[in-house]
Amino acid sequence: MNDWTQLLQHLPVFPIVIPLVAGASMLLFVEARRTTRTIIALIATLANLGAAAGLAYVASGAMPGLWPEGIAVYLLGGWDAPFGIVLVLDRLSGVMLLLNAVLALTSLVYALARWKKMGPHFQSLFQFLVMGINGAFLTGDLFNLFVFIEVLLAASYGLVLHGLGEVRVRAGLHYIAINLAGSFILLIGISLIYGASGTLNMADLAARLPALAEGDRILFEIGAAILGVAFLLKAGAWPLNFWLPSAYGAAAPPVAAIFSIMTKVGVYALLRLGSLLAGPSGAGAPAPFSDGWLFGIGLITLALGTAGTLTARQPQRLVAYCVISSAGTLLTALGLGGAGMKSAALFYLVSSVLATGAFFMLTEMIERTQRSGEGAQAEPFESFGPEDQIDPSLPDEDVGIVIPAAMAFLGMSFIACTLLVTGLPPLSGFIAKFLLLSAALDSPLLATLPVSVWVLWAAVLGSSLIGVIALCHMGVRLFWSSEEIVTPQLRLIEAAPVAVLLLLTAALTAGVGPAMDYLTLAGSSLSSPQMYIDAVLTGGPPIVSHEIKGGGQ
Amino acid sequence: MEITYALAIGVLTGSGVWLLLRPRTFQVIMGLSLLSYAVNLFIFGMGRIMEGGAPIIDTLKQIDPSLYDDPVPQALVLTAIVIGFATTALFLVVLLASRGLTGTDHVDGDESEP
Repeated sequence: MNDWTQLLQHLPVFPIVIPLVAGASMLLFVEARRTTRTIIALIATLANLGAAAGLAYVASGAMPGLWPEGIAVYLLGGWDAPFGIVLVLDRLSGVMLLLNAVLALTSLVYALARWKKMGPHFQSLFQFLVMGINGAFLTGDLFNLFVFIEVLLAASYGLVLHGLGEVRVRAGLHYIAINLAGSFILLIGISLIYGASGTLNMADLAARLPALAEGDRILFEIGAAILGVAFLLKAGAWPLNFWLPSAYGAAAPPVAAIFSIMTKVGVYALLRLGSLLAGPSGAGAPAPFSDGWLFGIGLITLALGTAGTLTARQPQRLVAYCVISSAGTLLTALGLGGAGMKSAALFYLVSSVLATGAFFMLTEMIERTQRSGEGAQAEPFESFGPEDQIDPSLPDEDVGIVIPAAMAFLGMSFIACTLLVTGLPPLSGFIAKFLLLSAALDSPLLATLPVSVWVLWAAVLGSSLIGVIALCHMGVRLFWSSEEIVTPQLRLIEAAPVAVLLLLTAALTAGVGPAMDYLTLAGSSLSSPQMYIDAVLTGGPPIVSHEIKGGGQ
Repeated sequence: MEITYALAIGVLTGSGVWLLLRPRTFQVIMGLSLLSYAVNLFIFGMGRIMEGGAPIIDTLKQIDPSLYDDPVPQALVLTAIVIGFATTALFLVVLLASRGLTGTDHVDGDESEP
């Protein structure tokens, strides 16, 4: 037991502690000391990326001595599982953490160019948002999940208003109201489940389910249904997603980019609880987690999101509708079920989050070309530009390097994002949709209810077609039919994040074999949650108890 | 006792939902507050209602679970109160900002009726 493993056993808590400490320590420096804050934020986000990459590697079973089967259980405060709060890391959490860390780094770098100056405490709120998202992916406790969702929501309330302006305040008002109501729904669901089962630990809950008495079982099912509604609200599912286009469409672009993983927190929670509550037989998942419901809700969400892309006239709003379509595709696919479906859906999730993240940042750069033209703004947009709101007394420390061939870069990136979002070859969006469609053919429903498989095919392909039409229309209007196009000055730190995200999707296309190997195991471990339950309930790593013994001697 | 408790939660929830659906921002925030009271009471009630039961084990009494109240919902309700209070306060600030920027207290920032 050397010092290295001593430190390594604390790795699962790093993605929560790093942004928390960084975000809090930034508050010690006055607002004008931007350089200090920026350095702290960059170091913390890089460290977070390192920790997330390490955890994703650990989750593949790289440390069998410390964490057998690649499931890392971290007992907060050293209390054993059903009594204390646990953090659990498995392949699914590892993938989500890594995705969040990549997105956080790129949108932070993008924000450094202009957006961080538009309001106070952007950097701290950003770190707290990252902390909340990481925590939601790691926690193994229902109430703790609520707390982390609140942390990420509280930070997002501040961030959605970042830069202010009437449109943002109006969208923020709706966003906060619906999410507060959603939090109350979540609380009711959690407390009903606690009242019926007497536990809040997800693994313990799964283990206790078969032994529930008849009356308690009904209470539990009601609680789970209410909980599912709250998660679907977070995931942006119909009919609870009307807040999403205006909130995501009005938020500052780097904020919208990191928000594109926030809806996936809801999808993650649905996946995780759905996997655990279904039990070993895989049959008894309560209503909103079960296949039929997800399938239906997902289909309507997909249709609504796709229709929305046709109606949107403002580019960022169009991307917000793409987020809804992506949520709809995911829910429909998960609802269909089947052996390979979960891993295919995870691949789609990764690809679509990277794509929409890049797209949000890209739209803002493209909008700068439309400064004086008729543009594409149906909504009043005057109070949006950062220029008039920067406090001139603050130092403008980063002039930055301006990249050449800005229009070519914007055009190529727009094409790449279109290919990714609609699922055309050659980028990873195509592979993701191909995997989804091929997994649908393996679904057990093909024998019993073949029409649902064809409905999925039609919905996914139809939404791709309509997406192509909508995005081509937008591209023609933005690049070709504008009266006056101003070639914008793009700084390297603005262009690089978009380029990095797009290159990552290209890398995902090239490395689809290893990526799918990883995700297939993640998907199959969701289908057989017994390993997760055992890992949590038999306690964490032996080193923790060793430490306690050492303290007692 | 249970009936009174359940009725109180029901009345609070009903009024809260009704106010939440009203078009004025002040009504919405009152609705959210009432809903949060109802939810807090509900969480508390999920630990089963008991009169005079202590949540912490008393060394003088015998160790019998039926003599004690469930401490977990009380801890949960504390957390929920703090979070609900903080987010409602934040909402109040946004409400004032919206009133200042749009000049109206309509939730859509726009008085025009469809």
